[in-house]
Amino acid sequence: MASVTHDVVHEGAAEKARVAQPYMNPYLAGIGLGLVLLAAFVLVGRGLGASGAFNSTIAWLVSLVAPGYARSNEFLSAYLEEGTHPLKAWLVFEVVGAFVGALLSGLLAGRVGLGVEKGPRVSVGTRLALAFVGGGLMAVGAAFARGCTSGQALTGGALLNLGSWAFMMCVFGGAYAVAAFFRRQWR
Amino acid sequence: MSAPFYKLGAFGDEASLIVAFLIGIGFGFFLERAGFGSARKLVSQFYLNDLAVFKVMFTAIVTAMLGVTYLSWAGVLDLSLVYLVPTYWIAQVVGGLLLGVGFVVGGYCPGTSVVSTATGKLDGLVFLLGFAAGTLGFALSFPLVKGLYAAGDIGTKTLPQVLGVPYGILVFGVVLMAVGGFMGATWVEKWMAAKAARAAE
Repeated sequence: MASVTHDVVHEGAAEKARVAQPYMNPYLAGIGLGLVLLAAFVLVGRGLGASGAFNSTIAWLVSLVAPGYARSNEFLSAYLEEGTHPLKAWLVFEVVGAFVGALLSGLLAGRVGLGVEKGPRVSVGTRLALAFVGGGLMAVGAAFARGCTSGQALTGGALLNLGSWAFMMCVFGGAYAVAAFFRRQWR
Repeated sequence: MSAPFYKLGAFGDEASLIVAFLIGIGFGFFLERAGFGSARKLVSQFYLNDLAVFKVMFTAIVTAMLGVTYLSWAGVLDLSLVYLVPTYWIAQVVGGLLLGVGFVVGGYCPGTSVVSTATGKLDGLVFLLGFAAGTLGFALSFPLVKGLYAAGDIGTKTLPQVLGVPYGILVFGVVLMAVGGFMGATWVEKWMAAKAARAAE
């Protein structure tokens, strides 16, 4: 069996006293996640997502600073439909829910605590810099792809959407292609 | 046909946002349960030590796919009303590759960085800020990237349409592929663990 060792730099003293529970069996967690996705299809007629919530939020923030520009920008204006507040977007509510659900699960399992996830051979500063850069790269990727691992791979995967499957293969391909270069950050 | 309920008018916009919040809770809950709030657990997928990302993702895909298939055959769900993202294959291939690179560099994807932030991980929060900055950068440079963004536009296309394989056969094929993948993934994990044990001796 694969064992996952956690090299987490804990800052909370309370966290050290508690022992985190092991993660759920991946197949059981997958069935749970699949049923949540199925519920979204059946109840609302759409799948899960994450990156879209960020697009809505950024579009809203830009519209506060420069309303004219936000409306004239083709990418942003798509998230600023007339009559609807962009923060009332479906995905924004879903992502806020995901935050609450993750916190709930983490609290129940004793896994909530301040820390930084990284390998043993890399400094906290380097790890955080790479987290920022990785987030930025992923934002550009998700914008081009019109979705991320949730909205494209998971949702489109289950619906046998052509673009989603092409996207998913490329995510794994891109990650495996560069994994060796970033080994030091993680292993 | 009585589903999708929202699209058939069973509830309105306001209620759909409550549903979004509740579905989100389930989404975040199972991601955290699976260990996906941890960047090290996630990227282990790409160093082959722990293939939980593949196992969870494909179990979820198969579960939801079989769900919509049976509900559609039973006449409960009108699959044609479920939203499909249109295919822009060139933009999606480029986006997918970038996302894969970003995953190894940053340690998360957008959804899992929310989970990580919720459980107190600072790198998850910094990833989110990087994601917000990247989204803003993309939006501001949209006139420059618009050509690539719109590249490969072939409309809404599904695998059964493109491959010319009946839907049911393809669903069955994906299930077989997933089961084969799960067995292969477990074999790889055992092989990597044995290799690590040998190296430790």
